[in-house]
Amino acid sequence: MLTILFDGVAYGMLLFILAVGLAVTMGLMNFINLAHGAFAMVGGYITVLLMQKWGVPFLLCLPLAFLGSALLGGVLERTLYRPLYHKPHLDQVLFSIGLTFMAVATADYFIGSSQQIVQLPEWLKGRTELGDGAWMLGMGHYRLFIIAVCAALTLGLQYVLTKTRFGSRLRASVDDQRVAAGLGINVNWVFLGTFAVGSGLAGLGGALGAEVLGLDPSFPLKFMIYFLIVVAVGGTSSITGPLLAALLLGIADVAGKYYIPKLGGFIVYSLMIAILIWRPQGLFVRKGGK
Amino acid sequence: MHKRTLLNAAALAVMALTASHSIAQDNTFKIGLILPMTGQQASTGRQVEAAARLYMAQNGDTVAGKKIQLIVKDDTTIPDVTKRLAQELVVNDKVNVLAGFGITPAAFATAPIATQSKTPMVVMAAATSSITQASPYVVRTSFTLAQASVAMGDWAPKNGIKKVVTLVSDYGPGLDAEKYFVERFLFNGGQVAESLRVPMRNPDFAPFLQKVRDLKPDALFVFVPSGAGAAVMKQFLERGMDKAGIKLIGTGDVTDDDQLNDMGDGALNVVTSHHYSTAHPSATNKKFVEAFQKANKGMRPNFMAVGGYDGMRVIYEALKATKGQGGGDALLAAMKGQIFESPRGPMFIDGQTRDVVQNIYLRKVQRQDGQLYNVEFDVIKDVKDPGKNK
Repeated sequence: MLTILFDGVAYGMLLFILAVGLAVTMGLMNFINLAHGAFAMVGGYITVLLMQKWGVPFLLCLPLAFLGSALLGGVLERTLYRPLYHKPHLDQVLFSIGLTFMAVATADYFIGSSQQIVQLPEWLKGRTELGDGAWMLGMGHYRLFIIAVCAALTLGLQYVLTKTRFGSRLRASVDDQRVAAGLGINVNWVFLGTFAVGSGLAGLGGALGAEVLGLDPSFPLKFMIYFLIVVAVGGTSSITGPLLAALLLGIADVAGKYYIPKLGGFIVYSLMIAILIWRPQGLFVRKGGK
Repeated sequence: MHKRTLLNAAALAVMALTASHSIAQDNTFKIGLILPMTGQQASTGRQVEAAARLYMAQNGDTVAGKKIQLIVKDDTTIPDVTKRLAQELVVNDKVNVLAGFGITPAAFATAPIATQSKTPMVVMAAATSSITQASPYVVRTSFTLAQASVAMGDWAPKNGIKKVVTLVSDYGPGLDAEKYFVERFLFNGGQVAESLRVPMRNPDFAPFLQKVRDLKPDALFVFVPSGAGAAVMKQFLERGMDKAGIKLIGTGDVTDDDQLNDMGDGALNVVTSHHYSTAHPSATNKKFVEAFQKANKGMRPNFMAVGGYDGMRVIYEALKATKGQGGGDALLAAMKGQIFESPRGPMFIDGQTRDVVQNIYLRKVQRQDGQLYNVEFDVIKDVKDPGKNK
């Protein structure tokens, strides 16, 4: 049972890293970016290709995946996304879903559509088991590593958001863009920075997740629903909301498949429907926010 | 004025095109090859296409005075697309034979079109037993999961495996594999602790495998579609299932030759039952593998490739037998009952069921010349599809 909980937490953490960028950009720019998963895929492919073609060590690939996706995110924000900020939501959705399909086709064309296989370093391959019987806790080292990295990132993000000047500017821009601009905050730069970091985090998530979630060109579409659930349930105004939502989702998904394998994938969706009926604004929404 | 000339020119061009089209038709024999070249089963499409092209390169593209034209279409692993492409191929391109079909739903979606247009439909990959019953024009050159699973159901209980859990992808072939393996395994005195079905789009096997581990069977019987085997294998090892004394058995889809080398040493000693292994020790197969690898930058042919290769052979031979005359029904009749030596070993297209009769081999993953191979150690001769006893 503990093992299931552990796997669920690892899965949830991964989803959080993948989706947090989406939550922030959605809250900040009121922009529905369905192409978020494409950045995650880019990160995943950067890792896989670097490792396969040039033998770059796995640990070095992770920051490179982050930088690569962040750079791409920054460039696209400037060139493609910015003109759409003031367009209606339907335009944004159509634009970003189109971008997703293009990303899928591009990956398919250049890399091929087979599942990519990541060879982890030896020290991440093992498994540690504690206790026995019903309370046995088996921890795959790689999942442990995922939890550690994601936890560190969460703390870091939380610190940046609440304690630094950039964080307060960001929060100000989220709360009221016009007033923030009026107070002399360069909202455009805040947007750019946030979008790039959000894309970078997605890329990092994709790199970490290639082993667990699998990586093929349909990745952005396959996981789009999960990202959106995280954002819908967790709300877009804080980091803790999406974090708790992602953990809930991860644990519910894994436990559901374990205890009721026949229902498999249904659990997550039923849970989401139940939560959204109960609290249409999401589970963890601050009062007074937008 | 200009518009008028342009229109006239266009009309002329169209007429010229259609004219040459109809002339060409008398001397060409068109094979519409519908495959998943992108999407989930893309590896299947790649293998089958490469094999079909290899067969044409080896045997020339003129048969019985007709020039063979291969029209490859990508159905992106989506059955609706397969159906639409088949319609286009039959109506617009007027193909003589439909072929390919990477997954079962794609074959089912196309079967009614084959029936209505009386076009023979050569299934080169999809492996659900009942496909050949979907249309009297279906001929199969791949295998059926019932064939492969029954062999495993015989072998396992004789080799110390008394209690198993089955884990299959939740669609046609997976259900076939589960059904026929479990039936035979229970018949032989085995015990099935649980039958798990995983959604097709679910690469994270963790919760399912954990469940298997907690049930502590002697072995886990797995079917996943070609291309997904590596993920199962990796997570199986990551979860320490082998150390917990659980063996991995299954049909050969799990230790797919195309991916086997990437799976690493963890795959060693896994026993599977299947109709083809790249390492099949015969002169025909050695020649086939060598030529295939030479033409495809060292890519190994897997069981999908051999299905495509033999499928082309069945079409070629039928065309020869009918001397290039006669329509779909004549071709179909000439496909039935063909017996020949395939790279997989002897095979036979049963005239009654239009399904393939072939040897099923038991294989163990071993390292040979520095590479991992499914090495055959036992054979069950001339297995008919057990799903056709109704």
